[in-house]
Amino acid sequence: MTSASTNDIEFRSVAKRYGSVTAVSDINFAVPKGAFMALLGPSGCGKTTCLRMIGGFEQPSEGTVYISGEAMNGVAAYRRPVNMVFQHYALFPHLDVEQNVSYGLKQMRPRRAPAEISRRAQEALDMVRLGGFGKRRIHEMSGGQQQRVALARAIVNKPKVLLLDEPLAALDKKLRTAMQIELQTLQRELGITFVLVTHDQEEALSMSDFVCVMNAGRIIQVGPPQDIYDRPASLFVADFVGKTNRIAATVDDGGTTIVFADGTRVASTATAKPRAGSATVALRPEAISLKRNGAAGTATLSGTVTHRIFLGSSVEYSVDVDGLGDFLVTADRRTIGDSDLVEPGDRVGLAFDPNALHIFPA
Amino acid sequence: MPVATNTKRNLVTAALVAPAAAWLMIFLVLPFIAMLVFAFGERAPEGGYQAAFTFAQFARLPTRAAAFWNTMVLAPVGALLCLLVAYPVAYYLAVKADPRYRLILVSLVVVPFWTSLLVRTYAWMYILGSRGIPNLLSMIGLEDVRLLNTPCAVLLGIVYGYLPLMIMPIYVSLEKLDRRLLEASADLGAKPVSTFFGVTLPLSLPGVMTGVALVTILLLGEYLIPQLLGGGKVFFIGNALVDLFLQSRNWPFGSAIAVTLVAVVVVILMVAMRIAFRVAGTRQVDLV
Repeated sequence: MTSASTNDIEFRSVAKRYGSVTAVSDINFAVPKGAFMALLGPSGCGKTTCLRMIGGFEQPSEGTVYISGEAMNGVAAYRRPVNMVFQHYALFPHLDVEQNVSYGLKQMRPRRAPAEISRRAQEALDMVRLGGFGKRRIHEMSGGQQQRVALARAIVNKPKVLLLDEPLAALDKKLRTAMQIELQTLQRELGITFVLVTHDQEEALSMSDFVCVMNAGRIIQVGPPQDIYDRPASLFVADFVGKTNRIAATVDDGGTTIVFADGTRVASTATAKPRAGSATVALRPEAISLKRNGAAGTATLSGTVTHRIFLGSSVEYSVDVDGLGDFLVTADRRTIGDSDLVEPGDRVGLAFDPNALHIFPA
Repeated sequence: MPVATNTKRNLVTAALVAPAAAWLMIFLVLPFIAMLVFAFGERAPEGGYQAAFTFAQFARLPTRAAAFWNTMVLAPVGALLCLLVAYPVAYYLAVKADPRYRLILVSLVVVPFWTSLLVRTYAWMYILGSRGIPNLLSMIGLEDVRLLNTPCAVLLGIVYGYLPLMIMPIYVSLEKLDRRLLEASADLGAKPVSTFFGVTLPLSLPGVMTGVALVTILLLGEYLIPQLLGGGKVFFIGNALVDLFLQSRNWPFGSAIAVTLVAVVVVILMVAMRIAFRVAGTRQVDLV
């Protein structure tokens, strides 16, 4: 059973059913040792079920979950070399911070010496910068601090894999960004595999080495964040990861030309020729640049600006494109001068590189 | 008009509190004051109360040592026996039972309350009496087994009668227990037994404390069960009080015993609450 595996986690044809309801099916993926993997998807897509099957709180109905090459079928949660940061932290309210952190150490057999337990608990608390908080009670800690306690409690056992179930969901945006960086740093320092469950695509993209996009109980795409963003495998991924404009179109001329619903023809540069027939084309808002009407350029589409949303570092425009409807366009403040800021009501041209088009046959 | 609103709010508060306050005043505070006064008085020659100020009644307390002893031992022991029987039941109801049937099972615990405790305790008199279990035992050759009128019979009656009162608070505290804490414990490597003693039990202690305090306090004033199942042999303070007030009409001595009993109850309650607070780590202890 045991094999020298380079994967810390592996799912092979895993399915989980509750009665007649299938939560997940046909799940296959592997997480290399020391990698940071994000399971990303909308709520109810089965990502948490997958995490719970690694943790041992659910057993797969079919297939096998491997941890460090060992099949985990029927292995109870308390025997698995993984630890979890629970969504709402699940800290023990009757214990203080240090007792929470040392809880796992006290379960070890043979028993560890009290001095060792307290030293390792201290180390873990120092690591999450809660050095002087050991004697505090849980309800005296803020949300962000509780998050760190949960983290310290999970890493103190030196697990092979750390599981994180929406760990940052309850924090405000600023704290969340700070924790994202901290988690990444921690992962590098510890060198252990992280599996993160999140519905926040930004979180998944910014923190992980691999993203596994799930929907309706199935894996849609697995890959590095940049691949997921730049080469979405499906319209769902394009929509869910980042923002996207959908354009109804048909593929013509044996896959060399794309005809938008308004009749605009664009030459396809895709190396793999798309299947001829009707299709949906996805185009990222930041791949479009706005041209003032009359300005020299090669605008493909034209329309009227309806809304301008100022976001500080960037500006989002809503443009009613002639014959195609609403488009979202993002302009980076660095690449546009103040004079380029167009106003609602302005007529504009929309230019984009045909390479930026993702074609999904209907 | 803040003043008017305030007055109105105060009136509403008063209206809500008044009935209960009046009730407690008339039937609890005033009788207690009367009892205190009696306790320092003397028995009138023809029985009842005669004004005086003396500690003589308290000095005579040792003559009822047996009643105190029985009460002080059998009440806590009975409560602990109740706890031992109730905890697994409450645990099953709150944690293991199928949620679809939980309500039915919980109401089954309460159903016996619909019948009078008197009737049910009488039933035990027959079961334990010479025509009951001892009769069955004699058929298989075990002669002269005495069950009725023993401490064991009283304890059995106590566990039987007070079990629901112990089950409910424990059930409530276990039912509220966050299941994710149990998962977190397992995740950190705790075997099921360690999880029980490390998480489940400590977090259900407020319920346990409430149940033990509730049952103990009620048992300290118990009269019926020792009367019926203890005969004249295993009697509680409650039985002594009935004797003193109704038979020998020694109200001052009865009052002195009652005051002492109340003092003991208050001390027990305070200690139990303190322990519960400390263990639970919060000041929120439910009295159900």
